[in-house]
Amino acid sequence: MLKDITIGQYYPSESVVHKLDPRLKIVLTLVYIVSIFLIQNFWGFLVLAVLTLLLCAVSKIPVSFLLKGLKPLLILMSITALLNLFMTDGRILWQWGILKITHEGIIMSLFMLFRIVFLVMGTSFLTYTTTPITLTSGIESLLKPFAKIGVPAHEIAMMMSIALRFIPTLIEETDKIMAAQKARGAALSEGNLIRRAKALVPILIPLFVSAFRRADELAVAMESRCYHGGDDRTKLKELKYQKKDTLALFVFILAITVMLSCNLVGASL
Amino acid sequence: MMEIIKTENLTFGYEDSQKKVLEQFNLTIEKGSFTALLGHNGSGKSSLAKLFNAVLLPTGGTVYVSGMDTKNEALLLEIRKNCGLVFQNPDNQLVASIIEDDVAFAPENLGVPSEEIRKRVDDALKCVGMYEYRLSSPQHLSGGQKQRVAIAGIVAMRPSVIVLDEPTAMLDPRGRKEVVETILRLNREYGITAILITHNMEEAALADRIVVMEKGKILLDGTPEEIFSQYEILKKTGLDVPQITELSYQLHQAGLNIDSCILSVDELVEQITKVL
Ligand SMILES: Nc1ncnc2c1ncn2[C@@H]1O[C@H](COP(=O)(O)OP(=O)(O)OP(=O)(O)O)[C@@H](O)[C@H]1O
Ligand SMILES: [Mg+2]
Repeated sequence: MLKDITIGQYYPSESVVHKLDPRLKIVLTLVYIVSIFLIQNFWGFLVLAVLTLLLCAVSKIPVSFLLKGLKPLLILMSITALLNLFMTDGRILWQWGILKITHEGIIMSLFMLFRIVFLVMGTSFLTYTTTPITLTSGIESLLKPFAKIGVPAHEIAMMMSIALRFIPTLIEETDKIMAAQKARGAALSEGNLIRRAKALVPILIPLFVSAFRRADELAVAMESRCYHGGDDRTKLKELKYQKKDTLALFVFILAITVMLSCNLVGASL
Repeated sequence: MMEIIKTENLTFGYEDSQKKVLEQFNLTIEKGSFTALLGHNGSGKSSLAKLFNAVLLPTGGTVYVSGMDTKNEALLLEIRKNCGLVFQNPDNQLVASIIEDDVAFAPENLGVPSEEIRKRVDDALKCVGMYEYRLSSPQHLSGGQKQRVAIAGIVAMRPSVIVLDEPTAMLDPRGRKEVVETILRLNREYGITAILITHNMEEAALADRIVVMEKGKILLDGTPEEIFSQYEILKKTGLDVPQITELSYQLHQAGLNIDSCILSVDELVEQITKVL
């Protein structure tokens, strides 16, 4: 049951997007997030929708897979849309007590909805097309210039990759402990909230004890494999900025320009 | 023969306890040999393994690895590179979520250039028979496979000695067999000196030499034949002999005219048929 959780949601495929430099992808994702908030009318979103579909095709990720990523956010999206729908002042189209729907409210709630949808879909391309390890070394490399002002770039990356390595192990262990406690008669999914919370204690304590033991053993194993921090360290897979990355950068700039130039046509909000 | 590890009057105790774990311990390991280290729980085997690798430092005496004093901090990486350590729980010694990245960990730490790391990783994975799995994650492997990956992670450092601390204790019989065969291959084909700490007497019988420890001292030291013929002493220290040896000993005690210390099935069969 807990095993079904997938983390980092990588979608394996051999596309060009998958092979781009992770540093470029991270930076472009950040730029993309900002640019979404600069869109001022529906033409912009229309262009963005077309661009998203194109990106799907190029990176060989099925649209259905992309849409599935929105599911966990359904509640958040509905709340945002409803709040905007009922709370925006303007030309009243329908009213019942304090509830009212305005012309501006409809536009506003659609706008917010689109923003969230494209924000989630666009950023998930990063994790869909980049393995966690590559992502980590991308972050490490991007943070490296800040090491001089005391940002522990290598340590952050190391922590992230160890976390990624041990999350499945700890999930599996939690499953085992839960099964063991149930076999001893623990009622994990019965009773009120307080009783259920109390029932978690016999699961969390063994889990913590074991996690600390693992950390201790791992530290010794790393040390005996000559680990001594990030100095003079080389990499099996060095990140290489290649021609195709420059090409991708230009395509991206072009796409964002087209998208934002829509602000100039039609009415802005 | 050249000595690769040497301890001289080695004494060791953990900081937080008065008890000495090792006392006046003198042991020499020959280059290219395969030594099994036996001993009851708490006899100091794991501590000794960590002393070989400078993870722990002697409180008295000296440990030399390829002639280097482990107390010399300037040589720390060189010593650890020379003498690799494999631990009991394969899960807790793999650092990366992709096999080849894990095997690359030690060479990366040593600052080996990328192309050279690639070569070492491929060689090491082929050497333990895990090359096809280089792109999978540890959680999709069996215990025996994970332990072989851990061994590959050490082999990629190109060490002269590999010390294995109960590498098969958590494995099923099949995993044990895979790991033991890998150790034998490393020793026989690649000439890597192997030190195997184990509680399994069948495994120990495969070594060239067995050292039995008790309470931080060497109790017995010799070839498997010499050690397993000391049936009473072994039993008194709470150790066993291989099942086949046990059988030959019992038959011998029962008055049958065969040797009391036989290490292989074939030999026992031969001797029994001769008697019958
Ligand atoms: N970190 C530690 N701090 C204090 N004492 C320790 C520590 N680790 C081990 N000891 C003690 O040192 C002694 C030797 O332990 P060691 O782990 O070397 O034995 P071992 O021969 O490997 O035993 P086993 O067969 O159980 O693995 C034991 O008495 C143990 O209690
Ligand atoms: Mg031990």
